[in-house]
Amino acid sequence: MMVTLKLVCTEKFFGQNNSFMSAVTLKNCIKKYGDFVAVDDVSFEVQKGELFGLIGPDGAGKTSVFRILTTLLLADSGTAIVEGHDVVKEFQEIRNKVGYMPGKFSLYQDLTVQENLEFFATIFGTTIEENYELIKDIYDQIKPFSNRRAGKLSGGMKQKLALCCALIHKPEVLFLDEPTTGVDVVSRSEFWQMLIKLKEQKITIVVSTPYMDEAKLCDRIALMQNGKIMSVDEPKNIIKSFPKTLFAAKAKNIYKLLQDFRTDKEIESCDAFGEFIHITLISEDANEERVKEIAKKYNPENFKVKIIEPTIEDTFIRLMREQNNLGELKEIVNGK
Amino acid sequence: MKLLRFILQKEFRQIFRDKTILAMMFVVPTMQLIILPLAANFEVKNVNIAYVDHDHSSYSQKLINKIGSSGYFHIAGTPDSYLGGLKLIETGEADLILEIPSGFERNLVREGSQKVNIAADAINGTKSNIGNAYLNVVLADFSRDLDIRFKLPQTSSISPSLITLTSTNWYNPRAEYKYYMVPGILVLLLTLIGGFITALNIVKEKEIGTIEQINVTPIQKWQFILGKLIPFWIVGMIVFTVGLIVMYLIYGIFPMGSLAVLYLFGAVYLIALLGLGLLISTFADTQLQAMFIAFFFMMIFMLMSGFFTSTDSMPNWARTMSEFTPVTHFIKVVRLIVLKGSGLNEVGKELFYLSIFAVVLNALAIYNYKKTS
Repeated sequence: MMVTLKLVCTEKFFGQNNSFMSAVTLKNCIKKYGDFVAVDDVSFEVQKGELFGLIGPDGAGKTSVFRILTTLLLADSGTAIVEGHDVVKEFQEIRNKVGYMPGKFSLYQDLTVQENLEFFATIFGTTIEENYELIKDIYDQIKPFSNRRAGKLSGGMKQKLALCCALIHKPEVLFLDEPTTGVDVVSRSEFWQMLIKLKEQKITIVVSTPYMDEAKLCDRIALMQNGKIMSVDEPKNIIKSFPKTLFAAKAKNIYKLLQDFRTDKEIESCDAFGEFIHITLISEDANEERVKEIAKKYNPENFKVKIIEPTIEDTFIRLMREQNNLGELKEIVNGK
Repeated sequence: MKLLRFILQKEFRQIFRDKTILAMMFVVPTMQLIILPLAANFEVKNVNIAYVDHDHSSYSQKLINKIGSSGYFHIAGTPDSYLGGLKLIETGEADLILEIPSGFERNLVREGSQKVNIAADAINGTKSNIGNAYLNVVLADFSRDLDIRFKLPQTSSISPSLITLTSTNWYNPRAEYKYYMVPGILVLLLTLIGGFITALNIVKEKEIGTIEQINVTPIQKWQFILGKLIPFWIVGMIVFTVGLIVMYLIYGIFPMGSLAVLYLFGAVYLIALLGLGLLISTFADTQLQAMFIAFFFMMIFMLMSGFFTSTDSMPNWARTMSEFTPVTHFIKVVRLIVLKGSGLNEVGKELFYLSIFAVVLNALAIYNYKKTS
């Protein structure tokens, strides 16, 4: 199913743009730090003008992938091409064409907002006025503080300034490494609104995030875990690819219910999701009645169950478990 | 080139914004230059002496008066016994014991000779050595006095032929320690600014992460490095000038030699030191690491460069090592130019050495500096 979908995507793309070039191509990239494999044979493509999300928990290898693509880190093997330039041979061209916002705030804290922006504009050989249209919406929000030192800004303001600085030279590809980590909920949704607006300006955006709820705002996402890409697709297809019926259950003593279900042979998976627990059954033809019957064995108080649409998080956890099982299986085979 | 101008503009903005560093760079060196030479003084004064007099005669009285009036000694006490004297040494009140045996006067007059006992606290080796030597001189003088007064009338026919020494101190007529110290301290301050503040500044960019943001821009390696070195070179030259002014105003020392030669050396020396700073910054990831590496070098520079002790009196291996620190050469040159008035002809070789340091250190640093990890 995934293969066909990918084909459809590329066809659509070729048809509309008459271009054979994708904005970012990563092929069989491997990066090791000693024995630890941070990026394990990663390949993906990002089309021009796409909002592409790299989703995964901390330590999945997202930042390493970003650093390879922004020419800051040399991969041990594999190729990476950004806007038609190889990251190793033509890094100078790439540095002119991409904007990068690292996960950690890395602007000059002792310079003011205005000075930071001016500095980054001038070193790219441009001025704030020249590309003002691009950053206007974002910059207007921090303009009242333009004489304040960057170090004295609040977290959300810092993110906006960093985004402005990464955008000021009108990059063709924008790399944002966990831009919303440690930012409050309101600022997070504001930030994503900005990204969607930027997409309209035909800027390719590659963004990484550990928050699964942000994934559905991307055009396509790559789910990453332990240095490996588990799946690359549109969010809705990733959700569709969830092979089982998913139930959300609730009881008075949710912890006991979780413990009981985990020991039950008929239940395939059982995970806590806030006030609910998400369950899949081993049998293919599962329905709410069946779950209720299973639950009866444990006599939970106020037991409720309903069928729900899986989220990216459900898919992620499922894929992660499959990957781990595969890994264990491999280990057993190798061990013998 | 235009890019470099923007980088320099940014650097200067940051330097002038950080008031603590600014004070560190200009006020602290000035203060140190004013205070340190006054305090760091190797002349031994105030040797505390315990005078154990078993004789209680007019001669022993004369001797104690002579010692007391010499200006170098301070009579810490007159205990009754040698043990009492040792007690004073144990408590740290006395550095030397001079023990006068009973019959001192009688033996001197009758036999013409008498031994006295000097015991010194040698924890501070310099002080005990020099104190001992001073005391010997005072005693010799005392005994010559006796010769003249008591023996001459009897032996007037044979006057002893003595070689009398008179000495002149060149380049530092009154042999004042400050003339030796002040130029040295000036060099150390320049070292501090040139080498270490640069290292800290670059490492700070690493630590805060701004270097990451710079590395993805079209700024090239040489532009970034020059952008860091030029401002601190200028700051270093200003500090050097301030140092020379302080030296003149406070100590009245004006370079005997040509100012141009002095500045030429200062300029080359700073380039070498900036290279060292840059090299340190390529090894350190945090400012704390940089501080410790810098401190290590600073200690070596202070102790090995002939700043305190002459390199000539070092063992051979240490002298070779000290030849390999740029500070040694610069301190030597600054003393030569400031005190002796040496010209470029006399110190040309040192300029050559310093240039080699500048080239090698910078080459190593640039080689080791990477934009990509």
